[in-house]
Amino acid sequence: MSESRKIVVTVNGTRYEETVPVRVTLADFIRHQLGLTGTHLGCEHGVCGACTILLDGLSARSCLMLAVQADGHEILTVEGIAPNADTLHPLQEAFRDNHGLQCGFCTPGFLTTLIEFLRDNPNPTEEEVRIGISGNLCRCTGYQNIVIAALDAAKRLRGEGKLESRY
Amino acid sequence: MKPPPFSYHDPRTVADTVVLLGSLENAKLLAGGQSLMPMLNMRYVLPDNIIDLNRVDGLSYIREQNGALEIGAMTRQRDIEFSNAVRERCPIMHEAIRQVGHRQTRNRGTLGGSLCHLDPSAELVTLAAALDAKVSVAGRNGSRSIDFSTFPVAYMTPAIELDEMVTSATFPCWPRGHGYAFVEFARRHGDFAIVSAAVLIEEDRNGKVTRASVTLGGMGPAPVRASEVERALIGETIEEKRLREICETLRKLDAIDDIHAPTSYRQQLATVLPRRALLKAHERMVRGNGHE
Repeated sequence: MSESRKIVVTVNGTRYEETVPVRVTLADFIRHQLGLTGTHLGCEHGVCGACTILLDGLSARSCLMLAVQADGHEILTVEGIAPNADTLHPLQEAFRDNHGLQCGFCTPGFLTTLIEFLRDNPNPTEEEVRIGISGNLCRCTGYQNIVIAALDAAKRLRGEGKLESRY
Repeated sequence: MKPPPFSYHDPRTVADTVVLLGSLENAKLLAGGQSLMPMLNMRYVLPDNIIDLNRVDGLSYIREQNGALEIGAMTRQRDIEFSNAVRERCPIMHEAIRQVGHRQTRNRGTLGGSLCHLDPSAELVTLAAALDAKVSVAGRNGSRSIDFSTFPVAYMTPAIELDEMVTSATFPCWPRGHGYAFVEFARRHGDFAIVSAAVLIEEDRNGKVTRASVTLGGMGPAPVRASEVERALIGETIEEKRLREICETLRKLDAIDDIHAPTSYRQQLATVLPRRALLKAHERMVRGNGHE
């Protein structure tokens, strides 16, 4: 019953040809087989959002997909957000500057979720941000600084400078 | 590696899928995976075979014909959310779908998956009852259509055979300018509703209700059409005091008692949410072209 399949996926611009057991989730494939441990697993049943990745540009919970289903698709994980090893993405900078994280466990999911959200809605209201991140759980921050970071990132991505830091 | 072992099949056509369904033992169809995958991860289900519908051609579309919207079973909830045809011809569906889960789950979740999973609190299930949808099903002996009123046969159990699959659902559209509202009570945005109310109304030029559809989700194993309330509304003018009287009768509906809310709480919501939805629907009629 340990049926496997060969799949071809592009993750963060790199093409991988891998053989994977059919019952392995996309999240476990990304973490264990590709070694990209930035994608975190919190609940593994689609509630916490920590494992959010972008599949062909659209956010998805990688614990709710099988790796075989990603065959032929393009994936972006948190490791692929920054333009290069020395530069953070403006969203990451905004999280750093606004204390948008404490323990950091949920952060990969928030970042990937917000990459899609800010692409679709570059000038969101606070209410829209809160609905946008409603599928991600954070047990440290109370969300306040995550919302501020998201609004700050939106401003930066629009090229309008940044919010004045409260810290 | 959480899911139990299974054999994986990814057919390309409905015909091949139906053959697989008829020949494989203990097979489960995998649509968007937003319910089945958690159940696999937690090993609530132990299928010997998974038949993945994600590579089957021709199951993802939204078509407008004969005054109805036909939506393919594998149409993503996201595509329904962003469809202009849905927003224009069936605005209550647009309102309801935005309350289904979250962006990440709507990107994957499908119409057919939600209807077949048949969670009693699912927005699309309640909506299908409110709109008198018809579900198209394919099997080895051809296809058939099932009225949604007879689609739920028991808790989370649709009226389809083991070797059948849902291919689409058809939602009759109400005339332009009708009043509508989908209102739900949930503890957090994106949660399943504890109770939801789907309401559609038409009024004549004097503001009297001529047609009404009132549906409650989350009360029991299947959505409840409040037919007594629908009848009582005919000829009435929508105003709060009268609605309180009419909707009070909904308190006697049966309701489940679970970890989320006791029966009496749901019965209270059953009197409140349709009233709110009817007021909203009426307001939208007045603001629209309802009284021209």
